[in-house]
Amino acid sequence: MLRKALGAGLVAATMLMGATVQAAEVKIGFVTTLTTPAGVIGRDMKDAFNLGLQHIGGKMGNLDVKVVYEDDGFKPEIGKQKTDKLVKQDDVDFVAGFIWSHVLLASRNSALKAGKFLISSNAGPSQLAGKGCHKNFFSTSWQNDQTPMALGEVLNQKGVKSIYIMAPNYAAGKNMVSGVERTFKGKVLGKDMTKWGKGAQLDFSAELAKAKSSGAEALFIFYPGKAGGAFIKQYMQAGLSDKLALYSVFTVDSISLPKFQKAKMQGVLGSLMTQFWGPDLDTPQNKKFVSGFRAKYGRYPSFYAAQSYDTVFFIKSAVEAVGGNLKDIDGMRAAMKKADYPSVRGKYSYGNNHFPVQNFYLREAAVDADGNWTTKIVETVYTNHQDTYAAKCKM
Amino acid sequence: MDWTLLIVQLLNGLQLGVLLFLLAAGLTLIFGIMDFINLAHGSLYMVGAYFCATFTEFLDSFLLGVLVALPLTFLVGLVVEIVIARPLYGRDHLDHVLATFGVILFFDALVHLVWGPEGYAIPLPAFLDGQVGLALGLVLPTYRVLIIAVGLFIALGLYMVVSWTRVGMLIRAGASNRRMVAALGVNIDLLFTFVFAGGAVLAGVAGLLIAPITEANIGMGNDILLVAFVVIIIGGIGSIRGAFVAAILIGLIDTMGRSFLDDFMKLFLSNQNAETAAPAFSAMLIYVLMAAILYFRPQGMFPPRVR
Repeated sequence: MLRKALGAGLVAATMLMGATVQAAEVKIGFVTTLTTPAGVIGRDMKDAFNLGLQHIGGKMGNLDVKVVYEDDGFKPEIGKQKTDKLVKQDDVDFVAGFIWSHVLLASRNSALKAGKFLISSNAGPSQLAGKGCHKNFFSTSWQNDQTPMALGEVLNQKGVKSIYIMAPNYAAGKNMVSGVERTFKGKVLGKDMTKWGKGAQLDFSAELAKAKSSGAEALFIFYPGKAGGAFIKQYMQAGLSDKLALYSVFTVDSISLPKFQKAKMQGVLGSLMTQFWGPDLDTPQNKKFVSGFRAKYGRYPSFYAAQSYDTVFFIKSAVEAVGGNLKDIDGMRAAMKKADYPSVRGKYSYGNNHFPVQNFYLREAAVDADGNWTTKIVETVYTNHQDTYAAKCKM
Repeated sequence: MDWTLLIVQLLNGLQLGVLLFLLAAGLTLIFGIMDFINLAHGSLYMVGAYFCATFTEFLDSFLLGVLVALPLTFLVGLVVEIVIARPLYGRDHLDHVLATFGVILFFDALVHLVWGPEGYAIPLPAFLDGQVGLALGLVLPTYRVLIIAVGLFIALGLYMVVSWTRVGMLIRAGASNRRMVAALGVNIDLLFTFVFAGGAVLAGVAGLLIAPITEANIGMGNDILLVAFVVIIIGGIGSIRGAFVAAILIGLIDTMGRSFLDDFMKLFLSNQNAETAAPAFSAMLIYVLMAAILYFRPQGMFPPRVR
C-alpha cells in the first residue's frame, strides 16, 4: 500500500517536473518554404525570425524561446503534414509562418482544431478573413485583396482607362485579381490566370502577346517569387515597357531587385507597386530591423522578412501579457487583439477578423545612396484600411 | 480573329516546341538505345543553365558563357554516365528510376549549396535583348527568334548526323536492336557514353537557351522533364523524327491552348467559369493527347523499326 502510494507520488512528481520544464519555454512552429526555388523566400523569413529572436535576447518574459522550422516544399499537402507534426509531436504553442495561401488553407484546421494559435506571417486568403475566420487565427501581414485594391486606386489616380491582368491560378492569385477589379474604375480588357504550383508556368510569351494585342494601357501583375523575375525579364524583352505600363503587387521586391541589378535590367527602375511597408518606412522599429538585417545578412529585407520579424514581437507581447502562463489562451488572445507591440510598420489595430487595419503605400523601384536597387515610398494610398471580407466574419 | 496575334502565337508555340525537342532528343535516344530511364536528364538541363549563368557573369559575355558551358555540360554528362548509368544498364527500369531520382536530389542540393537558392538571371547582349520586326508588322523578341533558329538548326544537324553518318547508323541500329549491334562487334560502351553525353549537351543547350527568359532555377529541369517524357511517348521512343514532330506539336497545342482556349470556352460558359477552367484545361490538353496516342497507337507516332 505504502509502496503503491510512494510510486504514485513519484510518478506525479515526475509529471509535475516535466510540466515545469515544459513551461519554461515558448515553443513556436514556423512553416515556410525552404526548398524549391521559393526557398529563397523562406530563407528571408527564417533569417528575419532569427534576427527578431536575437533582438529580444532569445527570451519572451522569463521564458526561453524554441523555434522549430518546417519546410512545406511549396505544397499544400506537405504544409498540412508538417503542421500536424508541429502540433502533435512537438506540441508547439504557436504555429506561424506560411508564405502561400493554398498551404495556409490546407493547414488551417490542423492547428486550430488542436487549440493552438495560428499566425500567418504572409498569406492572407479571403476564406480566413471572411466566413472562415477564427478566434485563434491572427495575421501579421494583410488580407490578399488589400494591396491590389490600393493599386486599383493608384491606377484611377493616374487616369489609366484600361488594363490587362495576369496572375497565377491559385487562391492568392484569385484574391489579387478580385482586389484590383473591385477598386479599378476603368476597363479590364483581358485576363490570364496561369498555371501555378508544381510545374508552374514561367514562359509567358503567349500571354504577353495577348496583352499587347488587347490594346490595354497598363498591365497589372502578381507574380511572387521566381516567376516575378522571369515575367519582368520577358516583359522587357518583348519591348512592352513603353507601350504597356507595368503595375505590380508582391512581384518587385528585395529578393528580385538584386537579381535585376546584376542582370542590368534598368527598365524595372521606376515601376510602381503598393505595399503596407517599405524598407525606408520611418519608424524606430523599422530602422532597427532594416539596419540589423542588412548588417547581419548583407542584403535588404523583403516584406516577407518584415512580417516574420513582426511575428516575433507579436508573440512576445502575448506571452508577456499573461506573465508567461501559456495555458492562459484567453489572456494571450486578448493581448494579441490589441496589437500592442512595436511593429516595423508603426501602430496598427486588428479588425474583428484578426487581420490588420493598416496603411498602404505606393512604392517605386529606385536606387539607394549606396547604389543598391531597392524600393522607395512615394505616397500613402490608404490610411487605416480594413479588408472587405471582415463584414462576413461573425466574430 | 486577329491574324497577327495568331501568327505570333504560332511562333511562340514553335519556340516552346524546339526547346522541348532539344530536351527530348537526348531523352529518347538514351531511352531507346540503352533502354535506360534517365530522370536526371532534367538536372543536366539545369546544370547547363547554371554553368552558362556563372560564366556569362564571370566573362561578361553571353556568347562566351555558352561556349564554356557546353563542354562542361558534356563532361558532367560523361561523369554521370560512367559513375551512375553504366553500372545500371543491366538492371530493370525501377532501379534506373530510383538511381536517377537520387541524382536529381543530388544535383538540386549541390546547386543549392554552390549557387544558393535565389536563382540566376542571365543578362543578354544588347543586340539580343531587343525586338525584331518580321514581315506583316509582326514584332517578336529577338532572342525568341534566335531560339527558334538555333533549335531548328540543331534539329537539322541531328537529323543529318543520325541519317547520314556512321555514328548515326549505329545509333539507329542501337535503337532497333541493341544486342545485335553489340554482337556485330561494335563498341557499344563507347556508343552509349557518346549518346549519353551528347544528350546531356542537348539538354544543356535547352537549359541555357531558356535561362535568359525564365532565369536559372533549382529544379527547373524537373518540371519540364515530365513534358519531355510526354513528347517521347507521343513521338515513339527512340525516334528523333518522332521527338521532333511531337515536340513541335506539343509546343503548339500548349501555346494555343493558353492563348485561345479561354475565349473559346467563353462561348458556352460564364466568363468567370471560363477564366478559371481554361488554364486548368489547357494544362491538361497534352496529357489528353498522350492518353489518346497510348490508346490508339501505343508504340507512338514514329516508332523505330524493330526486327
